[in-house]
Amino acid sequence: MALTAEESGRLAALLSEHVDQVTQRWTETVAASLRGRLSQVELRSQLQELRQAIVTTAENGIVDLDAEYAAELRAVLAELSRGRARQGFSATETAISVFALKEVLLELLESHGGESTLRDYVAFSALIDTMGLFTFESYVRTREGLIADQAEQLLELSTPVVKLWEGVVAVPLVGTLDSARAQVVMERLLQTLVDTGSPYAIIDITGVPAVDTQVAQHILKTVVAARLMGADCIISGIRPQIAQTIVALGIEFGDIATKASLADALRHVLRLTGVETTRRSRRGA
Amino acid sequence: MTAGIDLDQPHAQAIRSDEDVVRVRQLVRTVAVAAKLSLVDQTKLVTAASELARNTLVYGGGGGVEVATVDNGRRRGVRIIFADSGPGIADLNLALTDGYTTGGGLGLGLSGARRLVDEFDIDTGVGKGTRITVIKWAR
Amino acid sequence: MERVPILKIGEILLVSIQLDMSDQTALQLQEDLAERIVATGCHGVIIDITALDIVDSFVGRMLSSIASISKVLDAETVVVGMRPAVAITLVELGLSLNGIRTALNVERGMELVADARADEFPYDDELADGSDDDPETTSSP
Repeated sequence: MALTAEESGRLAALLSEHVDQVTQRWTETVAASLRGRLSQVELRSQLQELRQAIVTTAENGIVDLDAEYAAELRAVLAELSRGRARQGFSATETAISVFALKEVLLELLESHGGESTLRDYVAFSALIDTMGLFTFESYVRTREGLIADQAEQLLELSTPVVKLWEGVVAVPLVGTLDSARAQVVMERLLQTLVDTGSPYAIIDITGVPAVDTQVAQHILKTVVAARLMGADCIISGIRPQIAQTIVALGIEFGDIATKASLADALRHVLRLTGVETTRRSRRGA
Repeated sequence: MTAGIDLDQPHAQAIRSDEDVVRVRQLVRTVAVAAKLSLVDQTKLVTAASELARNTLVYGGGGGVEVATVDNGRRRGVRIIFADSGPGIADLNLALTDGYTTGGGLGLGLSGARRLVDEFDIDTGVGKGTRITVIKWAR
Repeated sequence: MERVPILKIGEILLVSIQLDMSDQTALQLQEDLAERIVATGCHGVIIDITALDIVDSFVGRMLSSIASISKVLDAETVVVGMRPAVAITLVELGLSLNGIRTALNVERGMELVADARADEFPYDDELADGSDDDPETTSSP
């Protein structure tokens, strides 16, 4: 919603003639809504910047958020929303920073406005609404970006592949496995087999509360893929409920080695590779 | 414009010989990389393209392929269209069955390729040739 | 048409596929290899596919054929270096490469060939290092 040239002029005049009053009232109104989670000084400088951006836009032409010369105004608004989103403020708290300008302008218009007061206020309000919506959208975009980043980080964090012995790697899976995560884990496991030249892998699912058909299929496919590459997989730590699910779903584990615990699986692999483990006290018996 | 290939333009490649099948693979790989498909998805798509290009050559008597990037608003993907004016497929259900072959292969070409892509559409009929469209979306 | 080179290293024939093979090249390799096995009397073939970024059903069938042909000619074939993405794709494609031995890399492939020979001639092996610690040994037909 764009203002007319005269309205733009009057808005710029109001904002630049009463700098102190505008900044003061604006800061107070916003600060009350943020309940002290942002310092007055920081808030004041942000709002001053925003006020200046509106005035600058008005000097370049009419105040229109879509105009090319309003790039600075858009940038200031976007920066404000990004900051709020990162600091964990809610969408409402973010939008209020902009909407509070309405109250400030109303007070100013009441004391200084002329005959066009009402029409000006309606026009200014519409402009501020547009700015508010723009802020809201930037806010949502930032949050979406944050969520996507975190999801990726979580995926990275939750999928360690560890070396247990020379030629033996293990993936201890913890938490719910969805299809996407299962895929990432499995790709990483196979890559680790190549990187470390390990012919044995143990997939430990002690920490997995439930397995559905898709996840079971992913695990099975990984075992087959590892075989194609020349490595063997052992699955350990299958809980009783999961064993029941696997059977109930009719998933064939075929000749894939399964062991009760990670320790059993490691012992099994060591035996296969010809490593003998004995207790010291039994030596010479 | 990434990796020296114009993504906005569809790329065409004729399939007339053995070497053309290799060229199709290389073209699909280049576009898949530029469209930012994951390594596994690239591999799946190129493998599917290899199977289908060979089918176009062996069963369709040669034809052509068109590779393009597509966008469904949320995700980007690669679309490949294989077309020949060969004899067509009489029994589609049978042709899509694992292990069924008339050409002495493993019978995994059509059915296998379908499992490797996200969207698979086939338009065929006896005497009117075969047109197969596949799409793989970036994750 | 390009040809895939076949190297003889000791008792083993090593094929390292470095190019995107056309179907003709693949069939040619199959023929060349059979001839070289007979000509050299080697008992082991290692096919290194580290450089292959895809294996489709045609190449898969070629690998199976090579393994079967080598078997008839008394040589053990090991396919080494398959990339994870290729393995995942093969599983999805439904290709199981039955009858093919695989190893992660050339070194492990050589061990596998040696083991296979040892299984076949356990007597030689005992004479060689006197160890008999492999409980997994199966009698060969």
